[in-house]
This record gives sequence, structure tokens and C-alpha cells, in this order.
Amino acid sequence: MDIKISVKNLEAFYGKNKVLKNISIDIPRNKVVAIIGPSGCGKSTFLRCLNRMHEVVGGTITGSILVDGEDLTKTDPVLIRKRLGMVFQKPNPFPTMSIFNNVAAGLRFNGVRNKKILAPIVEKSLKQAALWDEVKDNLEDSGVNISGGQQQRLCIARTLAVDPEVILMDEPASALDPISTSKIEELIFELKKNYTIVIVTHNMQQAARVSDFTAFFYMGELIEYDKTTKIFTNPSNKKTEEYVTGRFG
Amino acid sequence: MDNPETQVNIENPNNKSNSLWISLKGQLKKFLSSHNIGDFIFERLTLLFAVLVFLLVILMGYEMYVGSKISIDKFGWSFLTNSVWDPVQEIYGALPIIYGTIVSSFLALVISVPLSIGIAIFLSEVSPDWLEKPLSFLVELLAGIPSVVYGLWGIFVLVPWIRTDVEPFLSEHLGFLPFFRGAPYGFGMLAAVLILAIMILPIVSSISRDILRSVPQSQREAALALGATRWQSTKIVLKDAKSGILGATMLGLGRAVGETMAVTMVIGNRAVISPSLFDPSYTMASVIANEFTEATSEMYLSALIQLALVLFVLTIIINAMAKLLVWSMERKLGTR
Ligand SMILES: Nc1ncnc2c1ncn2[C@@H]1O[C@H](COP(=O)(O)OP(=O)(O)OP(=O)(O)O)[C@@H](O)[C@H]1O
Ligand SMILES: [Mg+2]
Repeated sequence: MDIKISVKNLEAFYGKNKVLKNISIDIPRNKVVAIIGPSGCGKSTFLRCLNRMHEVVGGTITGSILVDGEDLTKTDPVLIRKRLGMVFQKPNPFPTMSIFNNVAAGLRFNGVRNKKILAPIVEKSLKQAALWDEVKDNLEDSGVNISGGQQQRLCIARTLAVDPEVILMDEPASALDPISTSKIEELIFELKKNYTIVIVTHNMQQAARVSDFTAFFYMGELIEYDKTTKIFTNPSNKKTEEYVTGRFG
Repeated sequence: MDNPETQVNIENPNNKSNSLWISLKGQLKKFLSSHNIGDFIFERLTLLFAVLVFLLVILMGYEMYVGSKISIDKFGWSFLTNSVWDPVQEIYGALPIIYGTIVSSFLALVISVPLSIGIAIFLSEVSPDWLEKPLSFLVELLAGIPSVVYGLWGIFVLVPWIRTDVEPFLSEHLGFLPFFRGAPYGFGMLAAVLILAIMILPIVSSISRDILRSVPQSQREAALALGATRWQSTKIVLKDAKSGILGATMLGLGRAVGETMAVTMVIGNRAVISPSLFDPSYTMASVIANEFTEATSEMYLSALIQLALVLFVLTIIINAMAKLLVWSMERKLGTR
């Protein structure tokens, strides 16, 4: 299997409080990996370790995270976040920017100013995020005057515009209606042709629908990690079985 | 179902729970009617207070208008444009005083606002928690110092320093500019500007800090996750906070325009218009404070009250604009 991200003995802390315990996991290239587990088990923390957002809120880690063999923990976080894009639970477009500028924001951070270069990338990203047809005539409107589902797709487009290798999604559809949710799920299906995706979700059906592999976290530990079909039909661990069948969590 | 469709949606989501729903509604009605009187009184009472404040402002404005009637009738608009303020001849033109007020406040803002924004950024975006708390406390402490204390400090520390160091230095190196010419007295526009700058620093920086903090963390994370540097993400936050910071600036301006004691003690108190910052000047608040006790003639008193009216209107305009800006900022961020 072609490994994109290899996590070894990862431990994550908030101050002295250890919230991830000795996590080792390999994430294959161009696949979708779902992270499931009860609230507070460390799913978001794990995801945020992968693009060094964990340290933004003052967290620390030990262990190693290799992306294509390169140790993330020893690289400039600004560069890492360009390679591993992130979509958050709650859509968070920049309210002072137009739709166009929202998508172009990441490129502008990189120093790309020329609108002739930006425009085709913005268009391509919006198309990839299946939003282009809905907003192509109002690109100069504010990024917050669109529906929640559109905002989330705008945030996905914004992430894609920087051309990352990996997309990390933290419950990207949990604040959305069913139609928007299914749009996002279709999108994930499309995106995995070109990107490696790690998605946190509370929704078992969603995990089963979109992912190739599923990791079950419980109280800061990785309990089981396997093919999604196996996790949902024939898990090896009793805890996993109880969780996916909805007996706790 | 035989209910019309709208009713199905609103009142009868499920046929089985229909009777439960009706009984719930009855209970709700009972609850509301038993609480309505309290709510009614509460609403009316708060409305009354709001109206009272409003009436008070109108009344003050009206009183000042009546009090300055003689002066208004005699000088009209020339009160604002005439530059001679001469109680002996009974000629009252407030231009130099208005000029002194606006220039001293404006220059104080020019010095104070960039500093305040820097402090606010440090407190909200950069400083670690353990440093942020004592620093914020210090800044807020500055806001609580009575202005007469600032004035005393101005007389005994600031003015001598300006006289012996700042003004000679400025006239030596920048003396070719009209702003830095003349004898170094110490007392004058420059001293007033500096003391005002220090006095509005706490209010502008602490409000700006609160405004920056009210920008949701998700905005910073959105920027960082796209590969923004710390400074780039701070710029995004500043953009969100722009109108709020402008509002904080206006509040600072309001404070500077109305500041009386400290300014009177260092500005030199002469109603002249001079381009040089070394020269003495005068502000509306200082004139009123200084000359009210000496105003023996009816016309003199009336002119001073007219000056107060001008100051009153100016401060109301500034404060209204400030509140409007801060409010629009909060609304914008709140609806996200
Ligand atoms: N900023 C923080 N500071 C301190 N502790 C935190 C912080 N964020 C999370 N934690 C703690 O870390 C643990 C893991 O939190 P995390 O957010 O990763 O859980 P999660 O699995 O994403 O939960 P949820 O499904 O509710 O989003 C929790 O016990 C939580 O209390
Ligand atoms: Mg979470």
C-alpha cells in the first residue's frame, strides 16, 4: 500500500493533560480515512496534530508524523498547512472578503497578487467544490451572504485553491442540512481521485458511505483501524462493535 | 389529514401528538398570561428610563440654547468664524478656541491611535496569558487616574522636559517647518497634544483589544490553516475589526475634545491661531472652566454658554458616530 501519512507513537497534550495516547496509524494515498469515536475521544485533536494547528491553541505533541517520509514536526508549520489543508466543522469564510477573494485568500498569503493568475485558479477551485454554477455571477458578493452549505463548499474551494496534497475535514457536514450534506459527500468522492482525505465524523452512515478506511478512537486511544467494510460488518474489537452498532457513544 | 397544510406544519406535526400539543399550547398561554404583567411593567419602566435620558439630553441642549440666546442673536454664525475673543471689548469669536480644540485632539489621536492599536494587537494576539493579565490591568489603571493628576505630572515633568529637550531638538532639526518655530516655553499646544495622547491611550487600546478579542477564533484558524503567517492572520483579524477600532478611535476623540483639567494646566490658555506647536493655544473646555467665574457681564456669560453648546453638539456627534461604528461591527460579527 502506498502510504501518504505515517504517524508513529503520537501523543498529544493540552498542558499536562494527555489526550492522545500512543497513536500509530498509516494513511494511504488517494484514499478517504474516516475517524470515528465518541465525543471528547480526541478526533479533532488528532486531525489538528496533522497540520500543526494543535499548537495554535497551546498544545504540544511527542512522536513523529511523516508525510511522504518527511517529518512534519521538524518543518515550518506555515509550509505544512499549505500541504495539508483543513475544512472546519463550522463554515468560516472571511466576512470582509468577496467570494472571489475568499477563494484567492490562500494564494494571496503565498504572495500571488496577479488577478490574471488568480482568476483561473479561483474558477477551477469553485468548480471542484461544485459551487461555481451557483456563484459565478456574484463572485464579488460577500462570502457570508450565501447559505451555510454554500459557505462550507466555499471553504472547501478555498482549501483546494492552495493545491494541498491532503485535505483534513473535521465534521464538515455536521452543521448542514441533508441536501448540503449529500453534496459534500459527493464532493469527497470526487476529490479522493486527486487528494488524500482524512475526515472526522459522528455520522456512522456517512463514514460507511464515503470512506475506504475507518479508525475508531476511544478515550485518546486508537482502538481499531481497518477497511471500512470490515469495521462496519465484522470489527475485531468488542468496543468498536458496540460503538458502530450504536450501543454507546 | 383534513387540516389545511399550513396548520399541519405549524400546529400538528404529528397526528398522534395532536392532543398533547393542544394541552401544551394551553399551558403556554397560561404561563404567558401570568407573566405578562411583570413583563409589561418591566418593558414600560425600561422604556421610561430610556426616554428620560433622551429628554435630559434635549433639555440640556435647550437650556444652553436659551442661556446663549443673547450671544447667538448678536454674533450668529460669525461666532464660529470670527477669531477675536475679547471679553473687554465684548467681542466673542470662537474660531481660535475651536481650532485649538480640534487640532489638539486630532494630533493626540495621530500619536495615540497607532500606539493603541499596537498595544491592542499585542494584548489580544501575541502576548501569553500570564503577561496579558497584568498588562491589561496596567492599561486600565491608566484610564482611572484623575485628570488633574495628569495635569500636575504635565506641569512638573512633561513641560520642563519639552522646554529643555524636545522643543530645542525639534527646532534644530525640523525648524524649517512652520510647526516647530518660536520660543520654547514648554507650555503650549505640544504639551497638550502629548498629555492628551497619553490620556486617551488606555481607552482606545482597551476597547480595541476587546474588539480584536471579539473576532472569533475560527477566523484566525481559517487563515492559519491556509498557510498564513501569524502576521497575515492578524491582518485578517484587523480587517474584521476595522469599524470597531474606528469606533474606539472616535471614543478617544470624544474624550480628547472634552478633556478639561489636564489640558488647561499645560496648554498656555491663549486664544490664538498659530501654526507652531510651541505656541500656546486654548480649547473650548478650558475656556469654559477658566473664564466662567470671571464672566461678569451678561454677554460674556452668554458667549461662554454658546461655546458649551458648540462643544456639546460636537461631542454628541462624535460619540454617536463612535457608537454606531462599534455597534455595526458587533452586528456584523454576531450574525455569523
Ligand atoms: N483547547 C483545549 N484546551 C484544553 N483541552 C482541550 C482543548 N480542546 C480539547 N480539549 C480536550 O481534549 C480532549 C479531546 O478533545 P477533542 O476536541 O479532540 O475531542 P473530539 O473527539 O473531537 O470530540 P467531539 O466529537 O466532541 O468534537 C477532550 O477531553 C477535551 O476536553
Ligand atoms: Mg471534534
